[in-house]
Amino acid sequence: MSSPTPILEASGLVKKYGQVVALNGADFELYPGEILAIIGDNGAGKSTLIKALSGALQPDEGEIKLGGERINFHSPRDARRAGIETVYQDLAVAPALDIAANVFLGRETRRGGPFGFLLRLLDKRGMRREAARHFEELGIGIQSMDEPVENLSGGQRQGVAVARAATWAQRLVIMDEPTAALGVKETGQVIELIKRVRERGLPVILISHDMPHVFELADRIHIMRLGRRVAVVTPKTHTMPEAVAIMTGATPSQLDNALTKEGSAE
Amino acid sequence: MGPTRTLELARRVITAPTVGPFIALVVTMAFFSLKTDRFFQAQNFSLVLQQVMIVGVLAIGQTLVILTAGIDLSVGTVMALGQVIMTKLAVANGVPALPALLLGILTCVGFGVLHGGLVTGVRLPPFIVTLGTLNIAFALTHIISNDLTFTGLPKLEVFWGRTFTISGTDFTYGVVLMLVLYALTWYGLNQTAWGRHVYATGDNREAARLTGINTRRVLLSVYTLAGLTYGIAAWLLVGRTEVGDPNAGQTTENLDSITAVVLGGTSLFGGRGTIIGTLIGALIVGVFRNGLTLIGVQVIYQYLVTGILVILAVSIDQLTHRRAG
Repeated sequence: MSSPTPILEASGLVKKYGQVVALNGADFELYPGEILAIIGDNGAGKSTLIKALSGALQPDEGEIKLGGERINFHSPRDARRAGIETVYQDLAVAPALDIAANVFLGRETRRGGPFGFLLRLLDKRGMRREAARHFEELGIGIQSMDEPVENLSGGQRQGVAVARAATWAQRLVIMDEPTAALGVKETGQVIELIKRVRERGLPVILISHDMPHVFELADRIHIMRLGRRVAVVTPKTHTMPEAVAIMTGATPSQLDNALTKEGSAE
Repeated sequence: MGPTRTLELARRVITAPTVGPFIALVVTMAFFSLKTDRFFQAQNFSLVLQQVMIVGVLAIGQTLVILTAGIDLSVGTVMALGQVIMTKLAVANGVPALPALLLGILTCVGFGVLHGGLVTGVRLPPFIVTLGTLNIAFALTHIISNDLTFTGLPKLEVFWGRTFTISGTDFTYGVVLMLVLYALTWYGLNQTAWGRHVYATGDNREAARLTGINTRRVLLSVYTLAGLTYGIAAWLLVGRTEVGDPNAGQTTENLDSITAVVLGGTSLFGGRGTIIGTLIGALIVGVFRNGLTLIGVQVIYQYLVTGILVILAVSIDQLTHRRAG
C-alpha cells in the first residue's frame, strides 16, 4: 500500500476481562485525511478498541502510536491533550447551557488584562465569536450562539458536539455512533457535517452500525471480528453484503482474499 | 436599535427566568398591601429585609448545592451549631472575639467539606448525607451549649445587627452584607469558568466530565462554599438576636431556604436557575411570613402555607422540566 505514515496506529492490542477476551491482538491504522469506519458485530471488540484509542481504558498488551510516537493514555483527558477528540452517541452536551458555552466547556477563555487575570472574568463575546466562526466553517446553520442547546433539534445538538470536537481536535476525531439517536433527516445533516470535517483535513474514525452510511462516508472500512481486525476493505472494492459476510464470519476464507483484493486495488 | 433588536430584547425579558418569581413577588406584595395598611411602609420593608437576611444568605449556599442537582437539608442546624460555638467560645471560654468567630464559621465550612467529601468520595446521595448531618449538628448544638443561652457577646460578633438610617428608615449592615454576597455569587456563577462548570455539572455530569471538567472538584468547592455561607449566616443571626441560642435556626430555616431557591425558579434537577431568582424567592418567603403575621394569621398556619407553597413551586418545576426533557 503506497500510503504515508499512519497518524494513529495500534498493533497487537489485547484486553481481557477475566475469562472474556475483548481484544485478541487487534491491529489498527488511521491515515491522514481519511474517514475510517469501524464495523463489527456486537462483542466483536469495536468499542473496546475505541476506548483503548481514546484513553478510556488501558490495553493489557500491544502498543499505540500517535504520529509515529508511542503513547500511553491513562484517561480520556490524556487523549484530548494529545489532540484526539471523541463524539459520543448520547449527545454529551449540557442542554441548559448555550451553544458557545458548550463549545468552550472546560476550555473557557478569559478576558485579557487584570479583569481576566485577577477577577477571572470570562471572555463571553470572544468565545461566541470564535464558536460562530467554527460553525460557519463547518456550514452549520445556527444563527444565535447564545441559544440554549436544549432549544435545538437532536441533529443540531449533535452538530454542536461535532463542532466542539472539530474545534479542539489537533490530530483526529473519533465518532462513536454519532447518528444512533437521530432521525432520518437529522442523520443526513450529521453525515454532511462529518464530510466537512474531513474536508478540513481532520481524519475521522467512525463507528457505525449503519452500512449505507458507512459505505457513503468511509474511505476505508476496518472490520472487527472476535477481538481482531479481520479485514480492511473499501467501498470501491467490496459490496455491502460482502462486508457483512466478513463481519459475521459467513465467509471466513474471505480474510486473505479481502486483504489482497484491497491491496491490488490501491 | 432596530426593530429586530428591540423584539429580541423583548423576547429575552419575557423569557428571562427571573420574570416569573418577580411577578409572584409583586402579586404577593399587592395582596398584603390591600389586606393591611401596615404592610406597605418603609419601616415594615426594613423589617422584612432583616427577617430575610438569614434565610437569604443560607439560600445562597442552598442554590449552589441545588444547581449541582444536590440538596442540603442541614443548613439551619449547621448554622445553629456555628452560632453556638462562636458565642460560647467568646462568652463562656474566654476566647477572644475574632478567633471565636472564625472557629464558629470554620465549623460550618467543615460541615461543607464533609458533605462534599461524602458526596464525591463515597458517592453518597446528598439527601442522605445532609439528613445525617442535620441530626449530628442538631445534637452537637445542644451538647456543646448544654442548652444554655449565651449573652453579653463581643461587639465583633453582633456587628451586622447595627443599623444606619436612610431618610428615616433603619437598615442593618447585615442586609448590606447579604446583598454583597448575592452580587459576589452572581459574578462567580455568571462571569467565571467556575460558574459554568457548576451549571454543567448539575446539568449533565457525565458530559461535563467528558469535556475535561473535574466534576468532583467542582462539587467539593460548591459544598465548601455553601458551608461558608452557613457560617456567615450564623454570624448574621448572632448580630440580629444578640444571643447565642441553641434553639435558634432550627425550625423554619431549612425549609425556607429550599423554598426560596425553588420559588426563585431554580430547578431541583440541577443545572438551571439564577442567584437573583433566589434573592426574589427569599423575599417572597419573607413577605409571606411578615404579611401573614400582620393580618393576624397564627404561626402554625404560616407553616401550613409555606408547606403548600414549596410543593406548588416544586410541582411547577417538575411540570416544566418534563416538558423540556
